[in-house]
Amino acid sequence: MSINRRKFMKLTGLTAIGLAVGTTPKICSGISSRPQGLQGSETGKRLAMVIDLRKCVGVGECDDCIKACHFSHNVPDFGNPKDEIKWIWKESFEHAFHEQEHAYLDESLKHAPALVLCNHCDNPPCVRVCPTQATWKREKDGIVMMDWHRCIGCRYCIVACPYGSRSFNWRDPRPFIKEINPDFPTRTRGVVEKCTFCEERLARDLQPACVDACKEKAMFFGDLEDPGSEIRKLLSENFSIRRKPGLGTQPEVYYIV
Amino acid sequence: MLEKALSGDKRYWVWVFSLLVLIFIGFMFYLRQFGYGLGITGLSRDVTWGFYIAQFTFLVGVAASAVMVVLPYYLHDYKMFGKITILGEFLAIGSVIMCMTFIFVDMGQPFRIINVFLYPTLHSMMFWDTVSLGGYLVLNIIISRVTLNAERMSIAPPRWIKPVIILSIPWAVSIHTVTAFLYSGLAARPFWLTAILAPRFLASAFSAGPVLLILFCLILRKLTKFDAGREPVQKLALIVTYAMAINVFFIMMELFTAIYSDIPHHVSHFEYLYFGLGDKATLVPWMWTSSILAVLSLILLFNPGTRRNESTLVIACVAVFISLWIDKGLAMVVAGFIPSPLGSVTEYWPTLPEFMISVGIYAMGLLVVTGLYKIALTVRGEYAARVS
Amino acid sequence: MYDAGKIIIGLIIFFVLITFPIWYNMASGEALDVPELEKAAKGEQCVRDTDYMTTNHMDLLNEWRDQVVRDGERYETGPDGVTYERSLSKTCLDCHVNKDKFCDRCHNYAAVDPYCWDCHIDSKELQ
Repeated sequence: MSINRRKFMKLTGLTAIGLAVGTTPKICSGISSRPQGLQGSETGKRLAMVIDLRKCVGVGECDDCIKACHFSHNVPDFGNPKDEIKWIWKESFEHAFHEQEHAYLDESLKHAPALVLCNHCDNPPCVRVCPTQATWKREKDGIVMMDWHRCIGCRYCIVACPYGSRSFNWRDPRPFIKEINPDFPTRTRGVVEKCTFCEERLARDLQPACVDACKEKAMFFGDLEDPGSEIRKLLSENFSIRRKPGLGTQPEVYYIV
Repeated sequence: MLEKALSGDKRYWVWVFSLLVLIFIGFMFYLRQFGYGLGITGLSRDVTWGFYIAQFTFLVGVAASAVMVVLPYYLHDYKMFGKITILGEFLAIGSVIMCMTFIFVDMGQPFRIINVFLYPTLHSMMFWDTVSLGGYLVLNIIISRVTLNAERMSIAPPRWIKPVIILSIPWAVSIHTVTAFLYSGLAARPFWLTAILAPRFLASAFSAGPVLLILFCLILRKLTKFDAGREPVQKLALIVTYAMAINVFFIMMELFTAIYSDIPHHVSHFEYLYFGLGDKATLVPWMWTSSILAVLSLILLFNPGTRRNESTLVIACVAVFISLWIDKGLAMVVAGFIPSPLGSVTEYWPTLPEFMISVGIYAMGLLVVTGLYKIALTVRGEYAARVS
Repeated sequence: MYDAGKIIIGLIIFFVLITFPIWYNMASGEALDVPELEKAAKGEQCVRDTDYMTTNHMDLLNEWRDQVVRDGERYETGPDGVTYERSLSKTCLDCHVNKDKFCDRCHNYAAVDPYCWDCHIDSKELQ
């Protein structure tokens, strides 16, 4: 049979479209059905952290929690604020609690460092915007997780986070890790990272590294769904605040002031 | 028809070669960036999207603006635009290709971009932006090819192309709306968290795009036998006038809400842009230039005398384009990050590699548009140089 | 065919060039030096049997990746009742201690460059 070039191209094009349409259902079935914004399922946990800033105040240059976290997770130190990666750090009270500070606050509180980290929000905007679900909210315990294999480095999650909790690997981190912890992988350049509530330690029934390292016992970690847990007790007995509560993100890091 | 882009006179090849050189240089810089990481740009922990994403945002607008010639001609039978719809569609193709390339060079792991399609995430605006841009590219390729081919054979285009063209009209609006949605749904960034962002994007797109079309028409009239005619250019100028007026009005609306409410996290971004915060004031001269050019362009455009005079029209068009490019391609994205959600002020300026990669991508877009325009003009027998 | 002589010669040259990897490998005999992998330093058996691992270890690692990272299921129990972590660095390299004498040997031979090692740590490399 004779076929001219245009007919052939048309046939090829239609075949390609047909194949593409045929595989669409298969691709769509891979759509994650992870629900967002859980308030804690019946059988699951709702992990949260309570930081007692009263105990954190006045301990000078102490950064045991930061050192512990950054060591156990191979967080690099680039030495400049442009490339900086931090999972947990000290921010001034004024910056951490933008709308809850005033000029007449107690002096010690005003200049106190507030420990900030990912809040593992119940209604996380970062999860909502991620185009590949490289970050998602775990059903079983509410941790906002990171999958460094899937992250394409678009940094949309960083843009969406109201707390500045996330960092990006602007360059290869390996040469800048002071002391490598062989029990945890590093990341590669081009992916976003943040605190994961030490889920790898939780799997071994350990507390998060920062909570463990705090000599002043200012940090507490536990399950909000468990009415008998230590953090539930702390929250019911002390006044606590959260960062930017008005945004509806439902952060799960509480600060006792 | 593609082979028509491969034949041309000396001026054509000099232009193509210069673009290829720029593309090559940009590509070399990109290899450096790929090896080192995005840290080679001016981006930082605080300002995490910058020049690349801003160019993407600006160019999505230019791509969407094809609708400004397609709608009158195909939906309302405004025959005057008959000769230039193909120019609008080809400009859209070039712009979308540039958009996609700007996204590619901004990714930390570009070869994982396929993950967006392997794991489609319906609640992510970035997923929908990819879908809509891809669809718009396909639409414009089909429409331009079918209509130009029909013209080449001096027959009417097939009837099924009409609904496809009509589809491209709301689709054009949707691509820029979705791009605005990337920004306007983020509680973390009060500078962008405004319902007027999408309308503002569209208004500035419908000014910047047609302005480029006007300039292209005038350039083509000078360099080739293609003459769009006086009337279409004047109509486009009128469209630009109204779109630019609406855009400036929208900016003033934003300024009012921010300044009158005096809420610090709304005002501070505008304060940074127009006055600087402390000694951090890099964008201040740019913002005032943009505003002055916007006012100047409106004066020239509203006044019928200067609008009808093609020399002053050119000045107005260039003023509009530069003003809007500063607004979208420099200010809008960067100012969303300054101050940061924690209140710190970290400035941003593109580095040399970042700039040269961007120049390379613009050159690539211009090359695509050049080649496509060459095809269109050759098909119409209007390529040959004007004998003046 | 116009210029038949030139075209046919051109086609032959093209064919020779494009099949270079095939005939060069056959001629040089380098491909016959199939790499020998170092035996595991400890352990009775691997987490899966050898035939499966030879052809599918990359699929197993991908499965483990999704199970650990996305499902949070870090541990699995072997047929001998021993529980171990689904980890490249901590489990695989626990027995196959020398990556360069095990993993790299086949990978280099097959010109495969998996990027696991960009992130996952080879403890020996650190020393």
